[in-house]
Amino acid sequence: MSNWALILYCGLITYLTRFSMIALIKKEMFNDRIREILSFVPSAIFPAIIFPAIFINDKGLFEIDDNPKILAAIIAMVIGIFSRSIIATIFSGLASYWFLIFVV
Amino acid sequence: MKSNFKVFLKGIIDVSPLMIPVVPFGLIFGVLAIDIGFTPIETMVMSLIIFGGASQIVLLQLFSGGASSLVIISSVGAVNSRHLLYGAVVSEHLSDLKLIWKIIISYFLIDQAFAISNEYLKKNKDNNRYFHLVGGGATCWVIWQSTTFLGIILGAAIPEKLGLSFAVPLTFLALLVNDFRKFINVIVIIISGLVATFGYNYIPFKAYVIVAALAGLFTAMILTTKNKKA
Repeated sequence: MSNWALILYCGLITYLTRFSMIALIKKEMFNDRIREILSFVPSAIFPAIIFPAIFINDKGLFEIDDNPKILAAIIAMVIGIFSRSIIATIFSGLASYWFLIFVV
Repeated sequence: MKSNFKVFLKGIIDVSPLMIPVVPFGLIFGVLAIDIGFTPIETMVMSLIIFGGASQIVLLQLFSGGASSLVIISSVGAVNSRHLLYGAVVSEHLSDLKLIWKIIISYFLIDQAFAISNEYLKKNKDNNRYFHLVGGGATCWVIWQSTTFLGIILGAAIPEKLGLSFAVPLTFLALLVNDFRKFINVIVIIISGLVATFGYNYIPFKAYVIVAALAGLFTAMILTTKNKKA
């Protein structure tokens, strides 16, 4: 599949989830139980991006020793929990990562 | 009743504080897309067609890992499934609209615009109240397109040594800051993360995102059931 087709299909599926929510989905289609479970979707899906990006290196190998990303991510997480700020989380993580690879 | 333009303006003002985190998100997307090898035009069109931060970064992440198109598209779909939750809430306010407005508003219905307009729609019953959502969505659109553009320009100038790809897990981590305080969410986060990490090389077709997400949701299902019985 060409890059263009890939972009188009990803756009289409993103648009359709948005359109279906206002055009098709009615309030009564979701009971409290389904809503409760859907509220866990971010917690269920974002770690699947986060963890491999931290623990698995460019060669596809698991890397735990000498991996500055782990400490930087922990610092970002702690800052995030206390500040509740998206920006503070991203920048504290990047700053500590750069500190660890360039200074330490 | 306020004029359409005033409601639109109110949407812009209300959504503005939520735009601050969108700026680094858009920049990071633009820089990474160029880094991975997409052309500037492809990158810009991605932001114009998809117009969704999480979707676009998942696309980049899986594309650079060599996932097949089918896996990338279904993972993007899975990431978007959180939108279905909003649908139950927002659809009741928009049910009287003409189809053409539903088609237009759907394009602008992103997390931030939904978050602020949902409050406004609850309190206001004017017929033109949906202009608030259009105002919020249009603001996000302008910020997202301009930061993507800036990222494309910066992308050529930023050295690879900076390891900016690490910004991807950080941006997603940042989206979970409120969930780290809730016990069940933390368990779900750990399960999904472990399944993805250890399944990365073993789950076929790089479908680890979907498998990990399902494992996480299944965990949530079990834990929330137990909670109620206790």
